[in-house]
Amino acid sequence: MKTSTMNAAPVVNKVYRKRLLQHRVGIALSVAAMSLGLAVLLWILATLVINGVQALTPSLFTATTPAPGSEGGGLMNAIVGSLMMVGLSTLVSTPIGILAGIYLAEYGEENKLAQVTRFVTDIMLSAPSIVIGLFVYTIYVANVNHFSGYAGSLALSLIAVPVVVRTTDNMLRLVPNSLLEAAFALGAPRWKVAMMVRLRAVKAGVVTGVLLAVARVSGETAPLLFTALNNQFFSADMNKPMANLPYVIYQFAMSPYDNWRELAWGGALLVTFSVLALNIISRTLFNQKIPN
Amino acid sequence: MTTNVTMNAQAAAPVARQQSKIIEIKGLNFFYGKTRSLTNVNLDIHEKQVTAFIGPSGCGKSTLLRTLNRMYDLYPGQRAEGTIAYRGRNILDADQDVNMLRAKVGMVFQKPTPFPMSIYDNIAFGVRLYEDLSKGEMDERVEWALKKAALWTEVKDKLGKSGLSLSGGQQQRLCIARGVAVKPDVLLLDEPTSALDPISTSKVEELISELKQDYTIAIVTHNMQQAARCSDYTAYMYLGELVEFGVTDQIFMNPARKETQDYITGRFG
Repeated sequence: MKTSTMNAAPVVNKVYRKRLLQHRVGIALSVAAMSLGLAVLLWILATLVINGVQALTPSLFTATTPAPGSEGGGLMNAIVGSLMMVGLSTLVSTPIGILAGIYLAEYGEENKLAQVTRFVTDIMLSAPSIVIGLFVYTIYVANVNHFSGYAGSLALSLIAVPVVVRTTDNMLRLVPNSLLEAAFALGAPRWKVAMMVRLRAVKAGVVTGVLLAVARVSGETAPLLFTALNNQFFSADMNKPMANLPYVIYQFAMSPYDNWRELAWGGALLVTFSVLALNIISRTLFNQKIPN
Repeated sequence: MTTNVTMNAQAAAPVARQQSKIIEIKGLNFFYGKTRSLTNVNLDIHEKQVTAFIGPSGCGKSTLLRTLNRMYDLYPGQRAEGTIAYRGRNILDADQDVNMLRAKVGMVFQKPTPFPMSIYDNIAFGVRLYEDLSKGEMDERVEWALKKAALWTEVKDKLGKSGLSLSGGQQQRLCIARGVAVKPDVLLLDEPTSALDPISTSKVEELISELKQDYTIAIVTHNMQQAARCSDYTAYMYLGELVEFGVTDQIFMNPARKETQDYITGRFG
């Protein structure tokens, strides 16, 4: 140690000093970017709460949308309509999406049809939602000559299916081959390995995909403009035009009536926080179930 | 064994057993696409004996093991040529039912691979594929398999818990129990202890010696001592060829080939 001059003085290594500087700049930039994103989100949430909180009365959930010029009113018909349409589209798109996702994960590498399906799914994922709305209008609404809740559900399903397909496919492809081989090594047929081992291994991830699809469609306005339209009155008949939150928000926010605009804020608050809640639930679920 | 065997036959049984070949590999070549990874392998695996495959990484020992249950079938582009006669029937034939084959020739892998289900269901999964057991019979089978794998005392109070909640060593014994539970004829072990600590390793090794009573075992290992300790026959492979094959004691004490000698003494590999 006597001959060593390295430890004698606190000489700071040049390379190390440079690295430290890069580290600090990197951290500073990341924190700045994160704060910017977070600030915008908090700003939106705060604005929604400030403007929407006075609309959060029991009548919001019990009264239907008010006629022009009348006092008070609520969003009961729109809430029920949204729940029914989103619910139906979830029921339809979940099995289709999961089964298609399994098909892609199982046969995606070896089969032309699967490759085309995956490609089309990717296009559908980024298709403008208004185009989906117009499409359903052309093939369904224009043929039966009336707007309806079914048409709305159909449009929402077309948006949800690719989301579920893609997440299911991605999740399943995360399952290591070793696990599949272990199941095959017991003499299990392919469908059993796919359903009972592979799908099960990423159950939480697949459920997350479904929840994200629900969150995505609950806020969609454009596909409902030409399909479900709106209904001023309460109606649980899905074969008739149906009220829904996004459309009512759009319509009421532009109106000259104070109580309408207040309801629009209330509706926006409801939709945003439901979507936020869905996202938080799916995140927690995903993090809990797939630790490794 | 039938009950009417004579005394003579019984006395001769151990010798006869050693002689009986359960798997006969002849002229086996294996290809990953265009790359040849096994060249003209000829080898017999004897019933109720442990056969160890040793050799440096990439020598083809795992590949050889994976031809015995046609695991390579899962991947397009991999193919085997030659014959592998299992109980007299060539399993490389296109009309061989691979699921039935794999039910008879089980496999345990390098890394523990518990299924995402309860400990109980991990064992029952394979059994349910080919047998229709009552709840009571299944309970017995699960207990029997877990006892065989020396895991029963550690898990008997938490059979409903996820297989993933066990430690690495326990998971590997769970996988062995799962392989044993279906009562296969042959058990292929692909480096079963390479991810385990010494205590778990010795447990698995004891298990191998015990399983030998009922099953034919083929084991791939990187651990020379392990091959020497647990096997009856040893095959030394290098660059896709079988260099030397024989009784383990002879391979380790007095190998015929210099390459084998160099490998087992650590001068190479």
